[in-house]
Amino acid sequence: MTSTRQTPPAVPLLHRVAETARDQIPFTLDGVACTALAGDTVLTAVLTHAGQLRRNEFSGAPRAGFCMMGACQDCWVQTGEGARLRACSTFVAAGMCLVTEVPA
Amino acid sequence: MNDMTGKALPPVIVGAGPAGVRAAQTLVAHGLRPVVIDEAARAGGQVYRRQPPQFGRSSRTLYGFEAGRADALHQAFDALRGQVEHQSDSLVWNVQDHWLDVLDGPTQRTRRVPFAGLIVATGATDRVLPVPGWTLPGVYTLGGAQVALKFQGCAIGQRVVFMGTGPLLYLVAYQYAKAGAQVAAVLDTARFADQCAALPAMAAQPAVLLKGLYYVAWLRAHGVALHGGVRPLRVLGTERVEGVAWHDGRAERTLEADAVGFGYALRSETQLADLLGCRFAYAPLHRAHLPERDAAGRSSVAGVYLAGDGAGILGADAAEWAGERAALALLADRGVQIDAARTQVLERKLARVAGFRAGLERAFPFPQDWAAHAPDELVVCRCENVTAGNLRQTVREAGADELNRLKALCRVGMGRCQGRMCGVAAAEVLAHATGQPLQQVGRLRGQAPIKPIPMELAAAQEGLPS
Amino acid sequence: MTQRIDCDVAIVGGGIVGASAALALRRMGRSVVLLERDLCGSRSSGVNFGGVRRQGRPISQLPLAQRSHRIWGELARTIGTEGEYVRSGHFKIARSEADLAALEQYRAQSRDFDLGLEMISGARLRERSSWLGAKALGGSLCPEDGQANPRLVSPAFARAAEREGARVLERARVDEAAHDGQRFVLRSVAPGLEVRAPVLLNCAGAWAGPLAAQFGDEVPLRSGHPAMAVTEPLPVFMDWSLGVEGGGIYCRQVARGNVVMGGGAGFALDDERARVERGSIDGICLQAIELLPALRHAHIIRTWSGTEGYLPDRQPVLGVSPRRPGLIHGFGFAGAGFQIGPAAGEVLAELACHGRSSTPIEAFAVDRFEREAEAVAANAPNPSPRPQPISVAR
Repeated sequence: MTSTRQTPPAVPLLHRVAETARDQIPFTLDGVACTALAGDTVLTAVLTHAGQLRRNEFSGAPRAGFCMMGACQDCWVQTGEGARLRACSTFVAAGMCLVTEVPA
Repeated sequence: MNDMTGKALPPVIVGAGPAGVRAAQTLVAHGLRPVVIDEAARAGGQVYRRQPPQFGRSSRTLYGFEAGRADALHQAFDALRGQVEHQSDSLVWNVQDHWLDVLDGPTQRTRRVPFAGLIVATGATDRVLPVPGWTLPGVYTLGGAQVALKFQGCAIGQRVVFMGTGPLLYLVAYQYAKAGAQVAAVLDTARFADQCAALPAMAAQPAVLLKGLYYVAWLRAHGVALHGGVRPLRVLGTERVEGVAWHDGRAERTLEADAVGFGYALRSETQLADLLGCRFAYAPLHRAHLPERDAAGRSSVAGVYLAGDGAGILGADAAEWAGERAALALLADRGVQIDAARTQVLERKLARVAGFRAGLERAFPFPQDWAAHAPDELVVCRCENVTAGNLRQTVREAGADELNRLKALCRVGMGRCQGRMCGVAAAEVLAHATGQPLQQVGRLRGQAPIKPIPMELAAAQEGLPS
Repeated sequence: MTQRIDCDVAIVGGGIVGASAALALRRMGRSVVLLERDLCGSRSSGVNFGGVRRQGRPISQLPLAQRSHRIWGELARTIGTEGEYVRSGHFKIARSEADLAALEQYRAQSRDFDLGLEMISGARLRERSSWLGAKALGGSLCPEDGQANPRLVSPAFARAAEREGARVLERARVDEAAHDGQRFVLRSVAPGLEVRAPVLLNCAGAWAGPLAAQFGDEVPLRSGHPAMAVTEPLPVFMDWSLGVEGGGIYCRQVARGNVVMGGGAGFALDDERARVERGSIDGICLQAIELLPALRHAHIIRTWSGTEGYLPDRQPVLGVSPRRPGLIHGFGFAGAGFQIGPAAGEVLAELACHGRSSTPIEAFAVDRFEREAEAVAANAPNPSPRPQPISVAR
């Protein structure tokens, strides 16, 4: 398995087009303090800041989910404690510590 | 059937989309108290997915022309509060001996739910035919792009290309453009001629047809480029989407973009029906092996009923009728008095939809030459990184001619998604490489868990949610 | 329209035993037809745990296991693929002093067979394998035992046999088996085949009982269904393949990172298919996390089971029929046939050609249960029926 340890691109993938007046939820992404909005999924929280959720174990390439509805299983994200959660179907919680430069 | 305390076991409905909600409503109306188990936090399924509580957009904004139906469905389910046992955030991952194994989302612990009568309304996901570059960040299914907008108020990019075929293609493009996102183009593999030829069949559901025509007209009027007869070539980019290339019949064309939404209509989620032992048959219209159901929704297994897109894609309206019809069948089979005239009305509505569905297939045909054009380097299984070339090599060197054997030898479908994203494509490549009709290569055998389950699950108290 | 094929040896069953017998027979210059009801290696041979293990076998199996070990050592040359075979070492875990004593005893008993067993415990174990949970007091390592991918290896034996000139007929269920006084006659209806041979190898796995009984060799063969589960791909943390003294679970991590686990039982859906029993999934998960704390956050992505044949003493049947000359049996490997399968196939070929094998196989005689029963009840009637053609399809 390979994973090139690069900093994920800072350009976000997802763009908010509505509903920006929600409470803020602090979390950390690859060690960096970030802010999401209440009701964001982990996927939204991460991808409104960065360009990937994880790396594929076999190609090493970055992945950012695909189906958004819990079917493709390509959005698993690891927490700092080593737990794994499915980003598209898990709401972000205050204090979550998320890691994306790994195969989750 | 009774539980250990002697109490009669309730019927259980798996899935709270249009089919599951109407089934629940029907059972309650006849005096039963069903258990409704759903993966999501709130009922509605995918097409009428409800936004999280912190969001405030109107139904009109979220669902457009479907706002009325969406509201009616949500209100119908909300009115059932206290009369059903709604187990939300709950994944059915196995079934054995009239007990479902259910993973509770918040606690990640498993419990068992007994049932006497089961309505399977497990719905559908996008049907995917991979294109080189489809695993890049920024590429989502059409349904996925829609969920981002509807459920999270996000666009998948700032300059989006939508690609593939099916009514969803135009609907999602329209929704994005209306929400203020820049839609660079809509690339349809179907030709304008296909759509004209299908008009008579689609006139069976005039409202649906008119809506489709409206989306197309609106997109055109707002300057969105619409291309038909397209053959997708690749998604461009190295770490994320940078553009799209396609062939228009004469030449290769490219377009800059930072996101792609693509898909080719839907595919049924049949894993639970499989584990229940339902008999499957190949359905040429759906180009898939599906669990058999009679006109009322009875499966081949006594006490198991199938409703909605989980047993064949017929759309949201049909799912509501099928949910009600299946519940009526369950009731009748239990000896409860039901309205026979109503069953006939529902079955007639469903029969008409089947005709419309055939028209849709003609208007947005499945690209039958997809496998022939799929290059060897195309990643077919994105979980395990297995290419079309790997599949073909396995056919050549090991003589694989059946889908489960192909999977065993080259790992396609062995990843976390267990064939959801790659199964259709793998079957197409295998059929083409072996010169067999699609039906003959078979379907992937199902096993538990239906989706990945944590190893730390521990059996909680039997029969009751924690 | 029936196609008739005459050959030296007919084989029923295309698992690793039947296929390796076919390969060996071709190398001995015999003509072979193998009839497989589905696809070669699609049953137990293709869905088992994948342990390639000698340690822990009954001493009577060790000559066969050592012979197989040599075949495994030349796998790529024999069947054209490594099939992900690796001598990762097999470590049998002791959870108590009594377990350690039992492992020491096995080491002593098996000493003539050069398994290279090494006892490791305490600080040395923790240093060597920090990924093992605290319940593992120590254990016995067989450094040259290992693991392979049965989905790749078992079918490859059949293809190798085919390349050597065996006729391997898949999707050809044996619907009728009889003996016409000179030869066995096997009929397969769907493909319209009739195969005739003076020698018949019964390698029909868990379904070998009726074929044996038809020719008078009644054996108390039962079906069992070991439960299996596999995780998502995980960072590689474990090199040994693991077993537990006294039973429990067994597990191994493949190069791609998935951890394959087995333990407990499944149940039959019908005569041919099986599924894991839910209690076994719970049991496997609990025991695996205890043994391997690194699995705490992992997910199971699939479970499966298969159908194995068991005799009451959990030893296989391997040897000539005492009743029907020309009939030779090789089945009932009780969930432990993957490692010794290739050698069993060679033994069957030797029996077919020479009537005897260089490897001791008396412990696996097909009539040992009868003889045992006769020894117990002196007036037991002769149970053998007259052979007649009956359908062996189920």
